[in-house]
Amino acid sequence: MVENRPLTAFLTHLVLILGVLAIALPVWITFVAATHDQLRMNQAPLPLWPGDHFLVNMKQTLFGSGLSGTETAPVWLMLLNSLAMALMISTGKIAISLLSAFAIVYFKFPFRMTFFWMIFITLMLPVEVRILPTFEVVANLGMLNSYWGLSVPLIASATATFMFRQVFLTVPDELLESARIDGAGPLRFFFDILLPLSRTNIAALFVILFIFGWNQYLWPLLITTDTSMTTIVMSIKQMLEAAEQSPQWNIIMTTALLAMIPPVFVVIAMQKLFVQGLTETDK
Amino acid sequence: MADIQLKDLVKSYGPTEVLHHIEGDINDGEFIVIVGPSGCGKSTLLRMVAGLESVTSGEISIGGRRVNELEPSARDIAMVFQNYALYPHMSVRQNMAYGLKIRKLPKDEINRRVEEAAEILEIKQYLDRKPRQLSGGQRQRVAMGRAIVRDPQVFLFDEPLSNLDAKLRVQMRLEIRKLQQRLGVTSIYVTHDQVEAMTLGDRLMVLNGGYVEQFGTPIELYDRPASVFVAGFIGSPAMNFFPAELSGGQAALPGGGVLPVASAHSGTATLGLRPEHLMQDPAGPIAIEVELLEQLGANTLIHGRLPGTDLSITASVPGHANDGTGSIRRFSVAPELTHLFDPATGKRLED
Repeated sequence: MVENRPLTAFLTHLVLILGVLAIALPVWITFVAATHDQLRMNQAPLPLWPGDHFLVNMKQTLFGSGLSGTETAPVWLMLLNSLAMALMISTGKIAISLLSAFAIVYFKFPFRMTFFWMIFITLMLPVEVRILPTFEVVANLGMLNSYWGLSVPLIASATATFMFRQVFLTVPDELLESARIDGAGPLRFFFDILLPLSRTNIAALFVILFIFGWNQYLWPLLITTDTSMTTIVMSIKQMLEAAEQSPQWNIIMTTALLAMIPPVFVVIAMQKLFVQGLTETDK
Repeated sequence: MADIQLKDLVKSYGPTEVLHHIEGDINDGEFIVIVGPSGCGKSTLLRMVAGLESVTSGEISIGGRRVNELEPSARDIAMVFQNYALYPHMSVRQNMAYGLKIRKLPKDEINRRVEEAAEILEIKQYLDRKPRQLSGGQRQRVAMGRAIVRDPQVFLFDEPLSNLDAKLRVQMRLEIRKLQQRLGVTSIYVTHDQVEAMTLGDRLMVLNGGYVEQFGTPIELYDRPASVFVAGFIGSPAMNFFPAELSGGQAALPGGGVLPVASAHSGTATLGLRPEHLMQDPAGPIAIEVELLEQLGANTLIHGRLPGTDLSITASVPGHANDGTGSIRRFSVAPELTHLFDPATGKRLED
């Protein structure tokens, strides 16, 4: 599809530029708002160019108690909480899915397919659907207000299991046989051969799951009552509510900006592996 | 180094028996080729020796030791796969060293063996490359290198050349043979290519439908095929077969023509004549109505029919030919070069 028609080129670029603007403008406004003081942010019209309060806002947001007049945790702690939760969810999901996919693909045991379909059915049961029983279980286990409580109920993943199953199915049987002749047992085969071969897929999944974990809202809202366990995504919503009397847009937007950074960083850092992992089919 | 015994070997998948009572004694250092059409069970048989398929009944022993229940790694074998099965994320060196690393050999011993094998196979300059950076022939060498470094009692080859182009295949075939003679390791080689089988094997095991049709040297198979199947499978172009009436040391062909055969049998039989044994003879008993010529340079294949029938026949004549379609050529065959088979069982009729 190499065409040289000026009008087509103009139109495609126009559409692309409009798309970029639609995405970039809100981010820009967030950034601009994070660089003005509270006073300026409450005047109309909204500023469109950065001001000079960025560092002050950043400092107050990160290490102050966030909004003045509320009892939220400092934002650095929320960032840490979110990071811990996102990392635990993504690594936990990957580890468990790898192992269950390994079991389902490479081991013959009774009711193998039954187990596979049971895992598959959990696709229909995201945490929002089973939220009350899950809460009950987590509360009984005494995991409220803890990192374990935040992450463990979200760790089982049918999607990731299914994806790794597909990945393992593309690995030629001869590799397994070759490894058996070389004397590698199942675990050796898993760590020496399967894991390195699934490297790009793991990376791709990590990106998706990290963002999934980072963006968790309802579940953390439900099981954290202690402000020291608040995650950043929850807190933005809370700040909006608290801001009804005198919205401190500069602080809220700085928080929003901070909340965006880790996922963006993960995506950028793993972009190459991410694309390979989702497009590469050959082993 | 070891000999291999296959005793009454049976393989079934559920109720379907795919290998029927295979018997075979393989001597120490021998190169055995298992050959047959696809689906005949030859790969299954090899994989049973390797330990990748279970044995339904019977016994496999390597070097006098029953190995039915042993894991592949405990059988002291090395296998070369059709698609090479190199670990894609490891360098050539790591690929070759992997098995030794698992066996916990000392590092310098591993290095020494890898270097040595790389030397033999002339892949030294590729040791630090990944398999995907190598051509098919080079990958094949690496796969063989991986087998050599293990210093096994038995080499198993599962159609190792079928992914290579024709020229490379001929070259690698010679190299495998030389290598095996040099190392003197007992080898079993599976192929569906009869030329590969003839050139490589000390002895050939011809499998058909899970039965051993014949087990013998290439020349035995060529000179005295035990069945119609072996006769048609070994030799290129393939043997011609005709129904013939035997009486008093002569065979009457359909459409006329009576030729002497070295047999005292009488009654109907299947007569087999190799194309290269048909001698041009203006007074010969076999007439061919020419349909098509294949000029190969050194010789010419004449494809035609026995006049008045639709039985096709191929003859190979030296040099060039330019017979027109429909013209008649006559041939004779030395009686000792005729093959007679029982039309019902397909087995060879002994002289």
